[in-house]
Amino acid sequence: MATTSVMGGAVKRREDPALIKGYGSFVDDMTPTRVAHVAFLRSPIARAKITKLDTSAAKETEGVVAVYTHDDVSHLGPLLAQVPIGKLRPLLADGEVNHVGEAIAMVVAENRYAAQDAVDAIDVDYDVMTPVIDLKKAKSDEIKVHDELESNVLHTWTYHGYWDALGLEDQTAEVDAAMERDDAVVVSLEMTNQRLIPVAIEPRSVIADWNPGYGSFTIHSSTQVPHALGGAVSKMFGLKSTDVRVIAPEVGGGFGCKLNVYNDEILVAFASQALGRPVKWTETRREAAGATIHGRGWIGTATLVGTKDGEFLGYKLEAIADMGAYTQNFTVAIPLLGLWIASGQYKMPVSWTVDCVVTNTMTTDAYRGAGRPEAIYYLERVIDAYAREIGMDPLDVRVKNFWQPDEFPATMGCGFALDSGDYEGAVEKLKAEAGYEDLLQKREEARAEGRHVGIGIGSYVEVCGFGPAVLAEIGFSWANYGLPASFNGSGIVRVNPDATVTVVIGTGPTGQGHQTTWAQIVGDGLGIPVEDIKVLHGDTREHPMGIGTFGSRSLSVDGAATFEATKKVREKAARIAAHILEASADDIVFEDGGAHVAGSPDKRAEWAQIAKAAYQAHTSPEDLDSGLEAHTTFSPGNATWPFGTHLALVEVDSDTGDVKILDYYAVDDCGNVVSPMIVNGQVHGGIAQGIGQALFEDAVYDEAGNMLTGSLLDYPLPTAADLPSLHLSHTVTPTDVNPMGVKGIGEAGTIGSAHTIVNAVVDALSPLGVKHIDMPLRPKRVWAAIQEASN
Amino acid sequence: MTVNGQEVTADVEPRTLLVHFLRENLRLTGTHVGCETGYCGACTIHVDGQPVKSCTMLAAQADGASVTTIEGLAQNGELHPVQEGFWERHGLQCGFCTPGMIMSAAALLAENDNPSEDQIRHGIEGNLCRCTGYHNIVRAVEYAGAKVRGEEPPAPDWEGAS
Repeated sequence: MATTSVMGGAVKRREDPALIKGYGSFVDDMTPTRVAHVAFLRSPIARAKITKLDTSAAKETEGVVAVYTHDDVSHLGPLLAQVPIGKLRPLLADGEVNHVGEAIAMVVAENRYAAQDAVDAIDVDYDVMTPVIDLKKAKSDEIKVHDELESNVLHTWTYHGYWDALGLEDQTAEVDAAMERDDAVVVSLEMTNQRLIPVAIEPRSVIADWNPGYGSFTIHSSTQVPHALGGAVSKMFGLKSTDVRVIAPEVGGGFGCKLNVYNDEILVAFASQALGRPVKWTETRREAAGATIHGRGWIGTATLVGTKDGEFLGYKLEAIADMGAYTQNFTVAIPLLGLWIASGQYKMPVSWTVDCVVTNTMTTDAYRGAGRPEAIYYLERVIDAYAREIGMDPLDVRVKNFWQPDEFPATMGCGFALDSGDYEGAVEKLKAEAGYEDLLQKREEARAEGRHVGIGIGSYVEVCGFGPAVLAEIGFSWANYGLPASFNGSGIVRVNPDATVTVVIGTGPTGQGHQTTWAQIVGDGLGIPVEDIKVLHGDTREHPMGIGTFGSRSLSVDGAATFEATKKVREKAARIAAHILEASADDIVFEDGGAHVAGSPDKRAEWAQIAKAAYQAHTSPEDLDSGLEAHTTFSPGNATWPFGTHLALVEVDSDTGDVKILDYYAVDDCGNVVSPMIVNGQVHGGIAQGIGQALFEDAVYDEAGNMLTGSLLDYPLPTAADLPSLHLSHTVTPTDVNPMGVKGIGEAGTIGSAHTIVNAVVDALSPLGVKHIDMPLRPKRVWAAIQEASN
Repeated sequence: MTVNGQEVTADVEPRTLLVHFLRENLRLTGTHVGCETGYCGACTIHVDGQPVKSCTMLAAQADGASVTTIEGLAQNGELHPVQEGFWERHGLQCGFCTPGMIMSAAALLAENDNPSEDQIRHGIEGNLCRCTGYHNIVRAVEYAGAKVRGEEPPAPDWEGAS
């Protein structure tokens, strides 16, 4: 059945039939003729000089085609970065290694087994050096990671000083003065927001195919940013952008870890060009754990000062963020995303300092939320501790300090303005959905029975919809990859002669359902059934300039561009319909798969007639160009600022330290909703990743820099049996930043959930005197905290 | 061995994993490799009717066995109820874990067509999904269970659903 009523409707996904039948096409599913396979020799040592690197035996191994080391590829330069503060990653180790997993040599062989055999035959000697792993030690510069850098501290972000051009006022004195007030209650918590491994279930994979005849590359890669990869390859190899075609087919999850351009992608392209045949590499899970970017990795102290009756007077954060050994795409800029939401949903002065330090570990970069979960975690944990200190309900204390609906757009101390919000509205909805009063009662009853039941509250505001041109001025620049500097979005809408529609977008989805959501947007705008609309993405030769899918930006930036393009197509179609019907374009109405003259439903032109007419000069108006297509670029004036409040009910087994989530409620507001089905799916997955951080996940390097969590046995992800069903609901506060009033929902669940769980566990154990436990709250750690509090 | 009802014969290196044999020799690429160590379950197939992680089995071990992969699950052009459930209840996002997840869920329902939520969650706990938080996967399996039993599946739980 044709589906025409689409915006706000749950249209079954267009992506699914191939994926559920086993016919989805991921990069590793492709095997071009004559393809050769790559395996990398990676460092097992965190920090060392390479004193010997002998590849002669490897080159003699059966099935080996070539072995490459740094000198073979050094002419291409180090890996590009968007924010190139720090040391850029060499493509292959340049006489030294700086983290476990760093690529030292690349083997190309006839099959993947032979490639791995040859890696084992490479002879390397290391002069092991003392690595820098601990963040405080890194900051002290006692040992410097890179001799050529002045300090291990690559950059320090401050709330007022992150961009001089804004001329912001330093609020530190105001916060400090508040702490001296007689009625001040000052609460501090030193907390870790641990390093995480993103773990897309599809390992990254790349196939490069150099055509010596045309002098051009075709590259298939499991990436969120096909245009950036294409730009990087053309820049590094000195090619025209038209000679590099990047295709991102089905991509099996990204969560930020596929938003970098990686050295392995460049190296595989190099090998293909050198050998004149297609070359393929698919990472192993161990490589995904040690050589694909990590996220988070902060330590710090959050301090909230307020009055005894719950009025916030100021907030201070002093933290150190781990950048890893080399700077990649956003690396040093990640904490800045947190800075912009440092004050959360609250109106108060902020003092916020984050030192970005280099260590002998894998690079950190954007992992779902990217800086924002860290910032919100510190803020919302200390708010919770403050509420407990003054004996106030954690929801009441939040509501008391929210920005009010009539204060939007609300300009924060960081210079950005929150676009729209009704924060208390979300809290009211949460209370109703969760039955808050009953839950409080239940908790008391459970406690009376000696059970350790807790309620955790977590609010958040996030910043997303990255598109504002101002970001390029601050220093985020895609120009380093040979792309336009800004974060604009684009969309092409083309009605074909048979009245089907082709929509072409510059995003790089990894499961977000763009083929469906975009079909809904265009279908709604044109009155054409979604079944007749084909959405294409991820091919740089065919598709408009785009910077990919990340930062919950696709719908509010590229979606808005497509929305505008749809309007233009409709306007042109109205002129053609008016020509056919001998009426005025202003009187044309689109309805039921065609157009008619307002007030005269019988005077109709079907889409098939209009589309055909558009492609024939003699049937379309003389002053109109042929075709029925529009390409629009959209540059939003501001980011978008979704928000929400979550609630978790947990029970802790005090004998074992085991945490069980009894119930989870979330109210999220992402503005207008195109597909409630897909929005809920995004929130489910986001919350699961937040719970993963709160309870299970931890990327651990020991003091010697060994990666202790290189497999999924050592790095436990939440399983189905670990999670409850989730109660989701929404409030709708549209934004005026884009014409659709949408905000973005990809990261909200993650940003809202980790602190909600920790707040709940601390609430459960607060009668025992537990004030804080660092994530992940695995049984051993929880049990130890209980023991410590009771002794 | 028999794969999706078809007899297949091949000589392979002794160390060839079953999943590589399926993907590279037979070009049945619906079975995915996510971790090579048996934790993620993306490579789950049925061997003689039982769910098996094909990255921890050698091709040679499947000599003479009857293998079903995701490509062989739909019969006569009709989706298996679990496949239908995943589509109807948004049980997949990126779709990479989906074939393995569907094979595990199908094996679960073959043993028990009316599992509780808890039984579903434990039945698929050997398959990792990073996108969905499992919420809609559980709904998809509930949908499929109802279909297998000939009952009306429960309505979807997103706002605006009827």
